[in-house]
Amino acid sequence: MRKFFTLWKREVAMVFRSPAAYVILFFFLLLTGFNFYQTVNLINQSGMPRLSVLEVYFNTPYFWFGFVLPFPLITMRLFAEEYKLGTIEALMTAPVRDTQVLLAKYLGALFFYVVLWAPTGLYFLIFWWQTGLSAGSSPGVFIGSYAMLLLLGMFYLAIGCLASALTRNQIVAAIISFVAISLLFFWGLYSLWFPNVSRLLREFTEYFSPIAHMASFSQGLLDTRPVVLYLSLTALTLFFTFQVFQYRRWKV
Amino acid sequence: MIKVENLTKRYGGFTAVNGISFEVGKGEIVGFLGPNGAGKSTTMRMLSCYLPPTSGRAEIAGFDVFKQSLKARERIGYMPENVPLYSDMRVTEYLRYRAALKGVRGRRMKERIGDVMDLCGLRDVERKLVGNLSKGYRQRVGLADAMVHEPDLLILDEPTIGLDPNQIRQVRELIKNLGRHHTILISTHILPEVELTCSRVLILNRGRIEASDAPENLRARLHATGDVRLEAKVADLEKAKDALAEIAGVRSVTATEEGEWAVFAVGTEIDADPREAIHALAVKQNWPVRELSRNRVTLEDVFTEITHPEE
Ligand SMILES: Nc1ncnc2c1ncn2[C@@H]1O[C@H](COP(=O)(O)OP(=O)(O)OP(=O)(O)O)[C@@H](O)[C@H]1O
Ligand SMILES: [Mg+2]
Repeated sequence: MRKFFTLWKREVAMVFRSPAAYVILFFFLLLTGFNFYQTVNLINQSGMPRLSVLEVYFNTPYFWFGFVLPFPLITMRLFAEEYKLGTIEALMTAPVRDTQVLLAKYLGALFFYVVLWAPTGLYFLIFWWQTGLSAGSSPGVFIGSYAMLLLLGMFYLAIGCLASALTRNQIVAAIISFVAISLLFFWGLYSLWFPNVSRLLREFTEYFSPIAHMASFSQGLLDTRPVVLYLSLTALTLFFTFQVFQYRRWKV
Repeated sequence: MIKVENLTKRYGGFTAVNGISFEVGKGEIVGFLGPNGAGKSTTMRMLSCYLPPTSGRAEIAGFDVFKQSLKARERIGYMPENVPLYSDMRVTEYLRYRAALKGVRGRRMKERIGDVMDLCGLRDVERKLVGNLSKGYRQRVGLADAMVHEPDLLILDEPTIGLDPNQIRQVRELIKNLGRHHTILISTHILPEVELTCSRVLILNRGRIEASDAPENLRARLHATGDVRLEAKVADLEKAKDALAEIAGVRSVTATEEGEWAVFAVGTEIDADPREAIHALAVKQNWPVRELSRNRVTLEDVFTEITHPEE
């Protein structure tokens, strides 16, 4: 456990020491800030505040754009860089378990993801402070939105982790995870683009659609099925990552 | 301390290490030699639990490198070939991180890091970023890292490459001192260094062990067919050659002239030393002599002989 913590601290320190982290944070703040501005505008213009600020915020195209972009950037270096620099040899000849290394890397990335999204909470606080109105209709919508954000993040970070374990080239890792995450993401839009598909296919795609999940969770409609789905997909992807990591270490 | 049986490593179809077996006892300093691509690094990577063997087995302090790898790794200090380091960390920070990974903590960590920094001469650079260090200092950081948890066994892959002569001497002394309490397996291409530090030499060639013995014994083996060099002023070169060839134990004589001096290279038979007889001959013939010596066989000769670079 102590070794795990040492490894995790190292991962976090490595992220926050690279200038890239601050570039990502900066542009991410811009994007999420812009999204908030647009959200409030949209509600004002429609003049019908039937939807809460929170609900609109977590369902605009800007939100999804900002949501998908950081994953490849956060995860691409996790394993690829260690392979490339050869530091993996020093790391894995120390008495640490493969699982400790994998989880430290994954949870280090997750920590950065949380830091990335934490400031958005401030927007809602500021909104409440300025207008005296709550951004969400009940505590449930806050919990739902951020829980779904975390669940989706856990799964997509695991995909990025897997992509990084596959190659020693960070750019290739970023491309793999970007393509994989985009495919998974747009899969959920399939039934929107082709409205004439059979009911079965539509239900199937909606069952896997992050947009549909976020839409219901941000209304405070919590459902255990997506929770189980994303937790198990995360575990499965991390398991694959572990296999790839061991295989590569032993083959190369 | 190390026990290797039929260890083999194949990369695809290419066999880098081919069924080697050897043992290294506690407290030995073993030099691991071999031409480029002989499989030294591959063997060391298997011993340090980085690569799994294709077949065969290896034990470190009684722990199988594959099945009990964590226990084995706790007892090994390994310095990889190109000393991969995290360039964004400072020297002390890196050593603290590595010590923590190897289970050194608290007061002992402070002591150990102080000790290895003194031993490896890292005090002047302790605040520097590892990425900005010169090659030699990186090497020292790697060495300090390998020693920080006081392992029973040190596996050092070319630790002195890129060091300045003073530092090479220091590292040599360091290794000799460490050898009192540690077992050391060290690979290098600097042969005089091996003669000075190692109690035993393993010569690897194309994935096989070609020799395993003390450096003196290896030299003695070649010594057997050494050369004697004679430089003298002789009246008649041909006659002198014939006279030398008649001495017991002499196998061949070649002569060249250097101004008024003749230089003879006398090939001798196994275990024969005709220097006394040659001296007697020179006295009898009244040749002025300026050199009569036996070529010292160096480890380099042994290395060349065993690994046959010309093939
Ligand atoms: N990952 C790999 N894939 C394929 N072949 C490899 C791999 N690593 C090493 N080899 C091959 O295995 C052989 C032995 O390599 P190794 O690095 O063990 O040599 P070495 O004795 O350390 O040489 P050097 O003195 O140059 O360090 C070489 O022919 C090398 O090309
Ligand atoms: Mg090598």
